[in-house]
Amino acid sequence: MVKRSNWSIPYLVFMLVFVVLPLLLIVLYAFQDSAGHFTFSNITHFFSDSDSLSTFAVSIEVAIENTLICILLGYPAAWILANRKYNRSAVTVVLFLMPMWINALMRTLATAELFNMLGIALGKGTLLFGMVYDFLPFMIYPIYTTLMKMDKSYAEAAEDLGAAPWTVFWKITVPLSLPGVMSGVLMVFMPTVSTFAISEFLTNNKIKLFGTIIQENINSSMWNYGAALAFIMLVIIGITTLFQGSEHGEVEGGLI
Amino acid sequence: MTKDYIIDIQHLSKSFGDVKVLDDINFYVRRGEFITLLGPSGCGKTTLLRQIAGFIAPDEGRILLEGKDISGIPPHKRPLNTVFQRYALFPHLDVFDNVAFGLKLHKIPAKEIEQRVKKMLKMVSMTDYEDRSVDSLSGGQQQRVAIARALVNYPKVLLLDEPLAALDLKMRKDMQLELKEIHRKMGITFIYVTHDQEEALTLSDTIVVMNEGRIQQIGTPTDIYNEPVNSFVADFIGESTILNGTMICDRKVEFMGHEFECVDEGFGENVPVDVVVRPEDVVISSDVEGSQFSGVVESCIFKGVHYEMFVDTDKGYELMVQDYDSFEPGSKVGLSINPDDIQVMRKERTCNTIEATVEDQEHVSMLGCTWECSVPAEFKSGDEVLAEVAFDKVDLLDNQEDGKLGGEVHFLLYKGDHYHLTILTDDGDHLWVDTDDIWDKGDLVGIDILPSDIKIKRKNG
Repeated sequence: MVKRSNWSIPYLVFMLVFVVLPLLLIVLYAFQDSAGHFTFSNITHFFSDSDSLSTFAVSIEVAIENTLICILLGYPAAWILANRKYNRSAVTVVLFLMPMWINALMRTLATAELFNMLGIALGKGTLLFGMVYDFLPFMIYPIYTTLMKMDKSYAEAAEDLGAAPWTVFWKITVPLSLPGVMSGVLMVFMPTVSTFAISEFLTNNKIKLFGTIIQENINSSMWNYGAALAFIMLVIIGITTLFQGSEHGEVEGGLI
Repeated sequence: MTKDYIIDIQHLSKSFGDVKVLDDINFYVRRGEFITLLGPSGCGKTTLLRQIAGFIAPDEGRILLEGKDISGIPPHKRPLNTVFQRYALFPHLDVFDNVAFGLKLHKIPAKEIEQRVKKMLKMVSMTDYEDRSVDSLSGGQQQRVAIARALVNYPKVLLLDEPLAALDLKMRKDMQLELKEIHRKMGITFIYVTHDQEEALTLSDTIVVMNEGRIQQIGTPTDIYNEPVNSFVADFIGESTILNGTMICDRKVEFMGHEFECVDEGFGENVPVDVVVRPEDVVISSDVEGSQFSGVVESCIFKGVHYEMFVDTDKGYELMVQDYDSFEPGSKVGLSINPDDIQVMRKERTCNTIEATVEDQEHVSMLGCTWECSVPAEFKSGDEVLAEVAFDKVDLLDNQEDGKLGGEVHFLLYKGDHYHLTILTDDGDHLWVDTDDIWDKGDLVGIDILPSDIKIKRKNG
């Protein structure tokens, strides 16, 4: 008799080959020199190389800016979409989320063409525009789902206790939708740090991001240093998810 | 005169789409009173409460608070507070901050807030829970916090929307007593919504019985229990047997094939009435000779305090009887009812009266379709008339398609030897049907009426 638990074997094999193995390879390469000897030099090189460090700083800065803009634009959008007074149709929601289904590269190339056509010089501004355009739906959707799932009686109870609509929004709706915002931040912040295509096309590589230097290193066969950079990023991602997990319990309403 | 009324509701109506949820509601609430809105689900009681709280605007009518119309005032400016059915405690705040929420909004000094919150938590026996998160509390504890959160603001009226519905039976009984105690201590007016008649009888000073958006009866618990005004109230409150009867003359009523003395007067002579007999009011004994009528015990179940028996009476009616003594099924018993235990009610209707339009001498249109019947010569095509159909002349069929039109069993009442059903037709009209067949609430039925059973009459006025 075949045990039911055996059914999971194909999935386990898949996970092993396509998830665990690559991660192990990254770690392995990160701690080797080109001759295959164990070393910390790749890591120490990153922390002593001012170019790498400044690229990293710029990446974080752009990611923070992008995330903030996405929250500022995405929250009101999600709130309006989730509010039955302003929106009763699921179609509007789909329209807002549709860009998520179109390949990011295509959207980015099209945006670059648009700037070309309008004669707008590529730079930080166009980079941020492209970033926000690419990532906004990932901020809207988790916030929208938490707002939709939120029990309306909380807002009613607050109003009943004497809170004006604006106070209800700040004291009840916003705090209760924070888990949605948090998972939106997760969806936007880390991918922004590691993206390279957007900066390549929308700044003509004038602004390099962390993702860009990883890609450059790998492309020019500097496997070990590239892997080390990727490893550093993995650690950062790991830390941020841990940090969020411990502070807010389970991240609700997320897309992940 | 209206000074004593803290809340005065005048001609309140509300529709959701085509459905009339509240229809011309009028009542007042005295200061300090515990008043309960009681009715089955969908009767409009919660809608009424939400209108008083301000979450729903009435279509027509006014709500007066201490003589001032508050219909246009948003909820946050009304000096009323609500205890919600699912408590709606704020999950991101601890117990103290939940209770302090309203006070902080009103810019009350921190010291006073602390005093009042502590005092209120003490009243609901939640003193040591100030710093607890609301998620860690049991249902009953959350309930207490919700009550404290509302009462700490000293509202003019406290609105409670089925606050005990989510608790288990034991807890509910305890909370009922506590609520009553809190009401007594605080002296605040309570408006309480429930579908639980026992809860309403236990807690209230006044009960407003509602059904289908209308007030059926307003009165004290004893009034409502002992003197229901119609068969709905009699059936809804407590156990009862409702029977068709005839008021022969003052103080004399006939039902179940026997004449009984009663205390009711002023109905007229030989008027059809409904008679309500509470099971605990039937005197049952083995002395058949000395009793008013007799019967054979059909079943006997022990209910804890008393025995509940169904008795087949000598004239073929089924009567529910409760007594401290048990009688063996199959045994012959004597039955009597004291005159003041017989509650006589005027019948709301004695047959179906339906608005109809004459099509020709053989057809009328009513209830959304055309019916064959004989139309008296005095009426001609296009005349507006009334069609009368006796309760027992409406045929109900198992399949909706087999009937002339479809409907749903909306309400049913056992009348001792037959069922009296209220049918809601697909077009939203009501038909009342007497039948021996057993139907359930919500059954879909086909409706048919024989041509000879439709009587056409002139419309008055």
